[in-house]
Amino acid sequence: MRRARGFLSGLAVAAVLAGGMDVVAPVPAAAQAKPAELKIGIVSFLSGAAAVFGVPGRNAAEWLIDKYNREGGIGGVKIRPVYIDEAGGAEKQVAEFRRLVLDEKVDLVIGYISSADCLAVAPVAEELRVLTVLFDCGTKRIFEDSKYKYVFRTKAHEALDNVAAARYVLAMKPDVKTIAGINQDYAWGRDSWDTFKRAMQKLKPDIQVAAELWPKLLAGEYSAEISRLLILKPDVIHSSFWDGDLIGLVKQGAPRGLFGQSLVVFTPGEHMLQDVGKDMPEGVVLGARGDHWFLQTPNDPIHKEFVDGYRAKYGRYPVYPSYHMYQAVAGVKAVYEKAIKDAGGKWPTPDQVIKAFEGIEYRVPPGRTMVIRADHNGIEPAIIGVTKQTGQYPFAVLDKVRVFPPDEVNPPLGMKTNDWIDSWKK
Amino acid sequence: MTLPIVILLDGVLYAAVLFLVAAGLTIVYGVMRILNVAHGSLYALGAYAGTGLVLAYLAREGPPAGLYLALLGGGVLAGAISGPIIERLLLRPIYAREEVVQLLVTFSLFLILEDVMKLLWGVDPYYVAKPYALLGTVTIAGVRYAWYQLLLIAVAVVTGVLVALAIRRTRTGRMIIAVTADREISVTLGINVGRVFTLAFTVGAILATLGGALVAPLISVAPGISVEAIVLAFAVVVIGGLGSLEGAALGALIVGLTRAAAVHLLPEVELATVYLIMVAVLLFRPRGLFGEPEVRRI
Repeated sequence: MRRARGFLSGLAVAAVLAGGMDVVAPVPAAAQAKPAELKIGIVSFLSGAAAVFGVPGRNAAEWLIDKYNREGGIGGVKIRPVYIDEAGGAEKQVAEFRRLVLDEKVDLVIGYISSADCLAVAPVAEELRVLTVLFDCGTKRIFEDSKYKYVFRTKAHEALDNVAAARYVLAMKPDVKTIAGINQDYAWGRDSWDTFKRAMQKLKPDIQVAAELWPKLLAGEYSAEISRLLILKPDVIHSSFWDGDLIGLVKQGAPRGLFGQSLVVFTPGEHMLQDVGKDMPEGVVLGARGDHWFLQTPNDPIHKEFVDGYRAKYGRYPVYPSYHMYQAVAGVKAVYEKAIKDAGGKWPTPDQVIKAFEGIEYRVPPGRTMVIRADHNGIEPAIIGVTKQTGQYPFAVLDKVRVFPPDEVNPPLGMKTNDWIDSWKK
Repeated sequence: MTLPIVILLDGVLYAAVLFLVAAGLTIVYGVMRILNVAHGSLYALGAYAGTGLVLAYLAREGPPAGLYLALLGGGVLAGAISGPIIERLLLRPIYAREEVVQLLVTFSLFLILEDVMKLLWGVDPYYVAKPYALLGTVTIAGVRYAWYQLLLIAVAVVTGVLVALAIRRTRTGRMIIAVTADREISVTLGINVGRVFTLAFTVGAILATLGGALVAPLISVAPGISVEAIVLAFAVVVIGGLGSLEGAALGALIVGLTRAAAVHLLPEVELATVYLIMVAVLLFRPRGLFGEPEVRRI
């Protein structure tokens, strides 16, 4: 704790000036005094196209930190968030990260929606030895290809979305023969389609791939892609599109009959329901990148408090990035409290905090235990369902909801996603 | 074989959208020699204004035809109001300055407009699909298309022809051509260059905001659409030749058709198509297809 140490040396100087005590020995690392505040850098998109994720994430952080601070903070220490815009690309984020750590002297950083930012920041976190909690990015590469001491992710990776989608689609439509993908041409789209295709082909080896379409990220106009899909008539269409692109595809595809012709699955689709409202076609398969669905166990006290509180403050229901941020902030609180307990009530050292993080279990909405495994990655259950306009809400909700337990949609500890899928027995 | 028809149609549909976005950019450059980096923000402004008016109209439940008037009205008004203000306040002082300064000023305008729109409309996406879905669909070559898409082609063609006629056939248009050709001589002939510039920029701005409003029912109106619009518009204009309206039309057609062909025949390369065309054109015609070599005046 840089700040804590600065505080201590300040005390030491004060003591010397006071002229009473003999202060010679350096401050031992284990004896940390309680800091005045826990300063957390929170990085999330506040501008640009991804602000539609970033702002619900930031909102959840604001709401939860307010709540924690009202309740006394973490071990009596108040949390002070410093919000940073994630827009501007990976290089800018690395610079911002250094600034947060070196100039702002934050105790830890929570952040990153973009996988590119996560991959760029993680090695720097390691170099600067500062605890960094990745809250939303989906790339599986971060902990499958590297090992980090200071970096954790309080959510599952992209395998969850696509494995759950494959299992759900096959349960719904066991005789599927052809699949097609329409995914944005960058890491997220490519990885998502790769995992979905691999899982589908493993579970049903005679499946044919009709088309793999790769529009540009933020293309917005999909006339030709929709025509292609209308001509090919695949049984199932997979897309990992998010927000603006996803809404564009729904708007342009629905009147042209895309959703009536094929079973379409949008792996991160939950977050756009409130935006599309009554125009959302029925019978579209939507994932929620975890079990982040406001109608799941709505009476659970943790979940109810979050949904009601969030809605009262921001006028909307929380969407999956809000839940992801909750998991990150609640995780930090749980970890610090465990570390304080393990340190016999003293404020923990960074190493003690990291030790407490591995294997931590804590409660999160919709009312379940969140587990961070020894590989520093979280695992979650997955919720998936089909859209239905019930008239109860001004937007479509999920029907035929299925919850996949964590071990069905996350690879076992120490196993890479692809090896795991390849090892499945039919 | 119906595939060529589908490719042709998909290509022209996309070209119409591209042309609506790019036409204003090329006109402003053609007359004023200013590359307006904030052009995409005007496009976004039009999208927000059109969507906003449509939403307000939907809340009052008038006859459906009013929807389209609201959309068009929002698009035209946004440009007609913001155009003269931007030209008078921001651009007028920098006409005599270097290109770098002009680029910086329009870039800062882009940043300012981004934040203004966030202040006005927030970050949650604005959603209006009615104007697109309401007109129904038509099946061509076995593929269902929305009438609204076909309408966009018509609007793009009519807009292009009207602007071209206005520039070539009207008195004001001829004054614009004169100013484009030689600013100083035009002044000596008694042309009010300041007014011509305000007019040209406003026409460019209206084309951008109108494009944004007309595309809005297809897309999600949210932060970030301006960047995408300016990048594409710039690519189209560079292919066609900066400052040429015909060039913008041809550039849009080439990009639209190539992208549609890529989606149907070789989807793996779709992402690269626009830029490959740009590189190919610039290699052989560095000033674009319709670009004219600039004569240096001492």
